[in-house]
Amino acid sequence: MPGLGTSFGRGAATTFQEDLQNSDCILIMGSNMAEAHPVGFRFVMKARENGAKIMHVDPHFSRTSAMCNEYVPIRTGTDIAFLGGIIHYILENDRWFKEYVLAYTNAATIINGDYTDAEELGGVFNGLQREERRYDQKVAAWNYAGEPKQPKNQTDQAIKAQSFSERLGHLENPVPPQDPTLQDPMCVFQILKRHYARYLAEKVAEICGCSQQQFLSVAESLCANSGRERTSAIVYAVGWTQHTTGVQIIRAAGIVQLLLGNMGRPGGGIMAMRGHASIQGSTDIPTLYDILPGYIPQPATMRDHGTLKDYLKQEEVSTGYWANLPKFMVSLLKAWYGEAAKKENDHGFGWVPRIDANYSQLPAFLRMAQGKVKGLFLFGQNPAAGAPNAKLNRKALMQLDWLVVRDWFEIESASFWYKGPEKPDPKAIKTEIFFLPAASNAEKDGSFTNTQRLLQWHDKAVDPPGDCRSDAWFVFQLGKRLKKLYAESQQKRDQGLLNLTWDYDHDRMQELPDGSLSKIIGEPDMEKILKEINGYTVKEGKHVAGFSELKDDGSTACGCWIYSGVFPEPGRNRARSRKRDAQNPTSPDWGFAWPHNRRMMYNRASADPEGKPWSERKKYMWWDEAAKRWTGVDTPDFEPDKPPSYRATNESRGMDAISGDAPFIMKPDGRAWLFAPMGTKDGPLPTHYEPMESPVPNLLYPEQASPLAEVFKDDLNQLAMAMDPEYPIVGTTYRLTEHYLSGPMSRFNSWLNELQPEMFVELSPELAQQRGITHGGWMVIWNKRAAIEARAMVTGRVQSLTVNGRTLHQIGIPFHWGFAGETVGSMANDLTSMVADPNVSMHEAKAFTCNVRAGRVGDADVADKFSAWPTRAKSPDTPESDQPEGQAI
Amino acid sequence: MSNVLEVFARPEPPPAKQEMGFFTDTSLCIGCKACEVACKQWNQLPADGLEWTGHSYDNTVMLSDTTWRHVAFVEQFDSKGAGRWLMMSDVCKHCRQAPCQEACPTGSIIYNEFGNVYVQQDICNGCGYCVAACPFGVLDRNEEDGRAHKCTLCYDRQKDDMEPACAKACPTDSILFGPISEMKQHAEKRVEQLHARGETDAYIYGAERAGEYSELNSIFLLKDKPQAYNLPEAPRRPAAHMKKSYAFSFGAAIFLGAMSALLLSGDE
Repeated sequence: MPGLGTSFGRGAATTFQEDLQNSDCILIMGSNMAEAHPVGFRFVMKARENGAKIMHVDPHFSRTSAMCNEYVPIRTGTDIAFLGGIIHYILENDRWFKEYVLAYTNAATIINGDYTDAEELGGVFNGLQREERRYDQKVAAWNYAGEPKQPKNQTDQAIKAQSFSERLGHLENPVPPQDPTLQDPMCVFQILKRHYARYLAEKVAEICGCSQQQFLSVAESLCANSGRERTSAIVYAVGWTQHTTGVQIIRAAGIVQLLLGNMGRPGGGIMAMRGHASIQGSTDIPTLYDILPGYIPQPATMRDHGTLKDYLKQEEVSTGYWANLPKFMVSLLKAWYGEAAKKENDHGFGWVPRIDANYSQLPAFLRMAQGKVKGLFLFGQNPAAGAPNAKLNRKALMQLDWLVVRDWFEIESASFWYKGPEKPDPKAIKTEIFFLPAASNAEKDGSFTNTQRLLQWHDKAVDPPGDCRSDAWFVFQLGKRLKKLYAESQQKRDQGLLNLTWDYDHDRMQELPDGSLSKIIGEPDMEKILKEINGYTVKEGKHVAGFSELKDDGSTACGCWIYSGVFPEPGRNRARSRKRDAQNPTSPDWGFAWPHNRRMMYNRASADPEGKPWSERKKYMWWDEAAKRWTGVDTPDFEPDKPPSYRATNESRGMDAISGDAPFIMKPDGRAWLFAPMGTKDGPLPTHYEPMESPVPNLLYPEQASPLAEVFKDDLNQLAMAMDPEYPIVGTTYRLTEHYLSGPMSRFNSWLNELQPEMFVELSPELAQQRGITHGGWMVIWNKRAAIEARAMVTGRVQSLTVNGRTLHQIGIPFHWGFAGETVGSMANDLTSMVADPNVSMHEAKAFTCNVRAGRVGDADVADKFSAWPTRAKSPDTPESDQPEGQAI
Repeated sequence: MSNVLEVFARPEPPPAKQEMGFFTDTSLCIGCKACEVACKQWNQLPADGLEWTGHSYDNTVMLSDTTWRHVAFVEQFDSKGAGRWLMMSDVCKHCRQAPCQEACPTGSIIYNEFGNVYVQQDICNGCGYCVAACPFGVLDRNEEDGRAHKCTLCYDRQKDDMEPACAKACPTDSILFGPISEMKQHAEKRVEQLHARGETDAYIYGAERAGEYSELNSIFLLKDKPQAYNLPEAPRRPAAHMKKSYAFSFGAAIFLGAMSALLLSGDE
């Protein structure tokens, strides 16, 4: 999540859901929290009951909207225009929190004089290399004055996703030139003012399709509920991330929260709601191709990463917390390679695989579709129905030689070879598929890292049935077999695998809660893995208490430095702890939150520069002068004994470069970045661009869509031109409470299926009348990529918008269905496309164009090029005995 | 011999305890249906079928022998898109004077020690009188076993000092469970709070006796007329009309008897 990382230092939710109840105002935008996160929504309801104002800005009126004091409909993909309007409103009406902004952000910092803003260049920044879809940093000059124009470790264009240290940036001078009067035309504050000057309320209304009053009410509510005495929070989810401008939308929200002084304070912050269970965990200990555990950059061939020394020099961030990178990296290598990692062999750094291109999901599947990938393991993922442009994903899977699917049921990604809308001929598909039944979470030990960085351990309750095994069992056993297979190899490339520590066997038979012994042979001991993640001293094998104990000399091992402290001593797995503390609202002994059990990040900002609480009402952390320590209800996200009066100099390095009044310790200057001198590829300030497919011109700039957005060319991935009259309707996808994602965990369960048994599409009465579509009847939705059919849900909850002076229709498409499972239906993701945000390669499923008509697929000329959809065919997949439901009484 | 006697022995019922009940606050309901699923899972009730109704997000439609919690969705929008979306989790009302209990000829339906209306499955003979008697449409006969089924207010969980599954699962405390006196106090306070906030449409349904109908031990905070939620405004209790009905039947019998006597005699 570089949207948050670039602004504040860490790519994770800055606060925790329980704290939402302390808010005076909550803006939910890009999130359908009541439906997708109903349990966490409890705290939004508590805030509402405490008198907070709850606002929902969203393309469709959902169960979340129904619970809010105010609902504002907007056209999907116009979030930056809306947030930019709020930024303009704050600056224009002098509503920003002056002391906070001056002290804790880079508002006063002077930017390089060669910088030219999008304001002057028609919506792009200087340095744009249009053909290469990138900004040339040698020309762009986004950096602070006095810094080298090109940050020293800027990567080659070939690698799209950046390393974390790049996102954070590296500064030669931790105390950059500043103008505290904010008058210098090249200071961030003045640049910000000029950049957002055109985001006027009337423009916002014209672009987004809401009324000016609605917009102004949201802006005013945020302003009125921010400051010393009050705080506002912003909640977002994949409604923001799944755009070609997703990172910049989140950046814009960061600017709003910084100007209003809401970061690091109770009831404030930005709550990023994650889309899957433990998806935060899967970026912390990543399933991503370009980072190592703890956001350490993956070594790459296109950078000077030959030796560990080269790597550390390249990735060095000499000021702020990341100056500790050598300790984290060497400890990681020790954890992986154990005794084989020695000082003489660079601690095995040479064995870590290098990347040489973008291997994120979209390009990887495109490569697969081109026949360049031989095999694939799918663990709990369902690209055949759930990935953007699912049709292209199915084609990709058909090109594989082999595919291993580990899941509870025979999902779309395991059955695409004999069923699905393409009516495939099994004989023509070469892919050999191995379906392996997976254990459920109650059938295995492990932990979830939830949306607020909280690790919660779960113990195995029972053995999984039959041949079902945990994913950990599978990977552990696979590793053992591979090590055996390559045991004799002298090849250099195999030494990493052979030297990998792989000693997670249980010391004795595992005992289940009922006292009986587990019958599963070969399950790894998950607490041994947790110990490795936590870190230990190499010589004594003693657990370390936290990441501050890690060393760069090979004397400590640590599998993921940010999780260090979760298992500080034998028998004390803090993730397993479940103690509620009635005296302390953060309940520090309920699970373990990284980093170092801090529930709210950047909480130094909850006190003023002198270290006193901003107000009694919003007291959280403060400097205890008598004890010479930071104290409060949370763990300080700061050096606990660094006084507020401490000042860094340009010669300071490491944590010494962070002044006592600089709360954002992960940033090289200790300040949050309103203006991002580096870290975002598509510009230092969020700028409104239309989605890649849009029926509306960019009303703010001549530049229509993001000039850096990635487009993946394939016959199955055609895009409609902007303002294509054939596709005048805007489509967006979303979730319903009753189902989970593309349905692998819910569409095989009758109790959930009976609650939402069929694919439907929500549309306005006006559009339905215009197209002769009847409520409950069939309708077809088509665009350049597919035609799908669904039941029509004609509802007053969906309204046409007036955009650019014309009526614009939006439809809402739940994406839960597919062709496997107890209930089947068209896949919304056959309509979505593969285009990507330049920063994180995230797709744009939340905004695309389409057209609609009454009827079913195949009954009219327009859709004839697409095959008919076998919607209601019953699936024989799951024997009744496998289902969890009760039988008739 | 003792076996024969045992059949006639009446075991001592458990001593009465504090009356327990639900307070369902619809102003806090987010329509997640966790109550429906939790109920089905705890009570091991089967799914009712996979029919998409198009009635907003309500595909369960009503309470039945196999659905003991049902979330209603009421969309109230004008042509400009202004309006609201009401959600309400419905359940057995556990009436203090329950028509189903009054109608039950076998004594299957009883008040248990928690003051809840409970169908004893081993005694129910499946006559269906209770189904017709309930003005809320709560009870239903199961086609497979022929017996009447409804919410037990998780009698089994209560006996183990646990709250009912639906209340346990509700993420926003829209469903509260506790001594009914406390529930009523809480409901009153809640209405006052909402009124103070300007939400003057909020009121409590079922806390007081209404005409012929008793208080309910499962009360609701509503934000529109009961009919909007498919609840009767003035529920009827068939037993309240018994005297009149008997008198009428008796009168009708005499009248018809006299008439037929007259007709027959005229024939002679």
